[in-house]
Amino acid sequence: MSKIELINIDKFYGDNHVLKNINLVIEDGDFMTLLGPSGCGKTTTLRVIAGLEKPQNGRMLIDGREVINCDDAYYEEPSKRGLNLVFQSYALWPHMTVYKNVAFGLKIKKLPAQEIDERVMNALRLMRIHELCDRYPNELSGGQQQRVAIARAIASNPKLLLLDEPLSNLDAKLRIDMRSELKRLHNEMGTTIIYVTHDQVEALTMSTKIALFKEGSLAQVAPPMELYMNPVDLQAADFIGNPRINFIPATGRLEDHRLHVDSDLGSFVFGSEHFTQEPIPDGKFPCVIGLRPEQVNIEEQPSAGAIEAKVYASMPAGSETLVTLVVDKQELLAKQIGLADYHINQTVYLNIDPNKMNIYDEKSTRLIKLAV
Amino acid sequence: MRRPARKPLTGKRLRNLILNVVTNPFNMIVLISLILLICLIIIPLLQMIQTTFTLAQSELRRVNGKVGDFTLYYWKQLFASNLSSALLWQPLRNSLLIGIITSAISVPLGALLAWLMVRTDLPCKDLIGMLIIIPYMIPSWCKSMSWLAVFRNERSGTPGFLQGLGLPIPDWLAYGPVAIILVMTLHYYAFSYIMVSSSLRSVNSELEEMGEIQGANKIQILRYITLPLVTPAILSATIMTLSKSVGSFGVAANLGMRIGYFTLATKMHDAINNRQAGLGYAMALLLIVMASGTIFANQRVVGTRKSYETVGGKGTRRTPMSLGKAKIPLLVFLAVFLLLAMVVPMLILVMETFQVSTGRGYRLDNLTLYNWIGEVDPNSRTNHTPGIFRNPVFINALWNTVKLTIISSIITAFSGQFLGYISSRGRGKWYGKTTEQLVFVPYLMPSIAFSAIYLSMWSVPHLKGIVPSLYGTFTVLVLTSVVKHFPFASRAGTANMLQIGVELEEAADIAGASFWRRMGNIVIPLAKQGFISGFMLVFISIAKELDLIILLITPQNRTLSYLAYTYNKDALPQMADAVSVCVLAFVLLSYWIAYKFFGADIGKSWG
Repeated sequence: MSKIELINIDKFYGDNHVLKNINLVIEDGDFMTLLGPSGCGKTTTLRVIAGLEKPQNGRMLIDGREVINCDDAYYEEPSKRGLNLVFQSYALWPHMTVYKNVAFGLKIKKLPAQEIDERVMNALRLMRIHELCDRYPNELSGGQQQRVAIARAIASNPKLLLLDEPLSNLDAKLRIDMRSELKRLHNEMGTTIIYVTHDQVEALTMSTKIALFKEGSLAQVAPPMELYMNPVDLQAADFIGNPRINFIPATGRLEDHRLHVDSDLGSFVFGSEHFTQEPIPDGKFPCVIGLRPEQVNIEEQPSAGAIEAKVYASMPAGSETLVTLVVDKQELLAKQIGLADYHINQTVYLNIDPNKMNIYDEKSTRLIKLAV
Repeated sequence: MRRPARKPLTGKRLRNLILNVVTNPFNMIVLISLILLICLIIIPLLQMIQTTFTLAQSELRRVNGKVGDFTLYYWKQLFASNLSSALLWQPLRNSLLIGIITSAISVPLGALLAWLMVRTDLPCKDLIGMLIIIPYMIPSWCKSMSWLAVFRNERSGTPGFLQGLGLPIPDWLAYGPVAIILVMTLHYYAFSYIMVSSSLRSVNSELEEMGEIQGANKIQILRYITLPLVTPAILSATIMTLSKSVGSFGVAANLGMRIGYFTLATKMHDAINNRQAGLGYAMALLLIVMASGTIFANQRVVGTRKSYETVGGKGTRRTPMSLGKAKIPLLVFLAVFLLLAMVVPMLILVMETFQVSTGRGYRLDNLTLYNWIGEVDPNSRTNHTPGIFRNPVFINALWNTVKLTIISSIITAFSGQFLGYISSRGRGKWYGKTTEQLVFVPYLMPSIAFSAIYLSMWSVPHLKGIVPSLYGTFTVLVLTSVVKHFPFASRAGTANMLQIGVELEEAADIAGASFWRRMGNIVIPLAKQGFISGFMLVFISIAKELDLIILLITPQNRTLSYLAYTYNKDALPQMADAVSVCVLAFVLLSYWIAYKFFGADIGKSWG
């Protein structure tokens, strides 16, 4: 229930420029994920929002109220910002029981004992651990500790909930369970959530918006599907998507407001209605075709418009099969649902919808043609 | 990568900057601590340096000038006068001689014992381990007492155990360098033992196993793999032993003064007692320079890495090396050696307290409880000292020792935690580094030199009487003990605080806890355990101190260790022994309590 605005935020550690002119708006009720590889500045951004780090430059507003103004050296205390944070390491106080851990913040706010008890038990029930309230953190499993950390954060009914890679210490199965828990929590509580992770699958499944970080700057801010379908540059395209997107080198030229692209996969023409705002160079220029593996349809029989290819390797994984194909000298990865049986060096035919391709200018690495 | 541009200083900005600093109690605590540290450590040191260059009253006869003039007289007297040989060069030579030979014997001894205990299949390791470690708890001056109990000859007035059996003991054995070196060796070898054994334990066994797979035999593995890996610990132990033995006072005084054998430390003590302050302080400075020099050399040679620690991996299990036929003879030899070197002298010391005349054997007619509970016979013309438990001087000293120990260790332990908090939370920041470095300074100085600094600082009032002279007060003893133990307490505090992750405090911060709330609800409850074990070790260290306080003690403030020293000087060996036994009992009991109830690890104390 709170709108956050980061305006021109810069953070330095010594000479290290860790956050470069961050401008980000998080709408009320968003589940905003800060996504990026290690060291890109997402945790630092979270800590700046929480008030645990002070930026050198910029301003921050919560619901229109200024909480950071670097020019005035004004930094509002974390406890006054109406937020709460779940640490990656949980930071549960080892000498307090689960109940006391969750109640700590409420006691400080001097709420009446009755209300504290209500809120604590509600939070514990919501996280389905109310039977553990008298245990100590070191008597709990990792997943349970994590739920306690979340319960502690939501007990104070914060307007803004911050989570710093909360699932990274859990095993794969538990991670998937907790993801749906968190999504359900967001639904039920309606709190604005800012979530930091390097796992793009988490980002895609849980968020309403993703802010993709690259070396301290924001590369792209978009809803998950838009980020997935149209990553704004080659690096973003490479980062998002599992398995990786296919990059096919090609040559492009602009003629009569139409983009002609020639590659080993064939020649395509695109109308300007799918162009982005990025400038398209004059004349012939090198470009890159981005094609998702699941967009490569494999057929055993030739058909009109299909491209001939040879199977290089086939990796059935139960629910899906990954096939590495070779077209002329170009390698391509295809993903097919279900079990499929291809032999090495088998000739197959690929059916590709050009509309699903992303075209990137190789020099500027930016997206020039959208996939639809 | 541009640096952040400096922002214009508006009124609002200035006000907020000041508020940010002032409203955070942590900043205030840091400020106060830094000021205190400078006042307690740097300023006294500078004061003492200044005194060595300042003309004092007693030199007015020999030097032209007024009291307070700048002068090089003291330094010249020390380095370039016809007294220099007796004042400086001889004692310096003696100190270095003792230091070097002590290190040369005790380090290999300790290292060898460490290797035998950690790496071989020596039997009865528990017993041998105890025999090695327990003597470490005994103060070094106490060991010198037991040496005298065994080796004393007529020079002391009363004979020792061996002389009493009829064996003529020459002066050079009973007193002087031989005695000093042997006693120090038997004290500091435990130091090397602890350092080397902990280093050996931390060497990844997989490294040696790899050598074995490659075909090296046991000797080769030892020489090319194990030894180089423990070399930092051995070097460290050597340098620390050298530094400590050069700066040691108690042993050198008890065993050297009687035949006029001076080391720099005892000569310095002499000078100060003879009201030659400037000269004495100059010697103290020299001692400090030598001690710091060796410690810096240690840092450079070994680096901040004190040992090659295993990081991760599973290499802790290892098969011990078989001693084969040498096992039993070695065990017997070790046990006998340790018994003779440690246990027997202590027993003789204890027994001496029950003797009427020392050296006259243990026949019933020579045994008495007088030294413990005897009353003075008013008709006796020679004996004026009652048994210690009836001696008000002893009771007074006992009470002083207990008072000093308890008060000092409580203050030190708390300060250590605070300083540790500042050092750990300020890791990498200027105030954290400054605190760590300031706190380290007392460590660089031998105890006796440190007390000289405090003597020079607190003998006179400061700031026009706002800070009174503390000479002769109990306060100055407490102050000296506390500050000298800052390095150890702060190190223990830092380790304790680092265990309490910063995130635990950040979580409380976000929940709205103020600084004091965080301290009370989060930091202090979690720091309790480490605090107590650190406290116990400081407690014991202060209880057995002699060197640190000897220059500052006045008749009202005598402690037990000082009393033992005085009785020894006054040729009352049984009394001296009785007092030593009391100190010993106190120290051993405290160690046992610390170990049993608070899990304190003796290896972590640097007595």
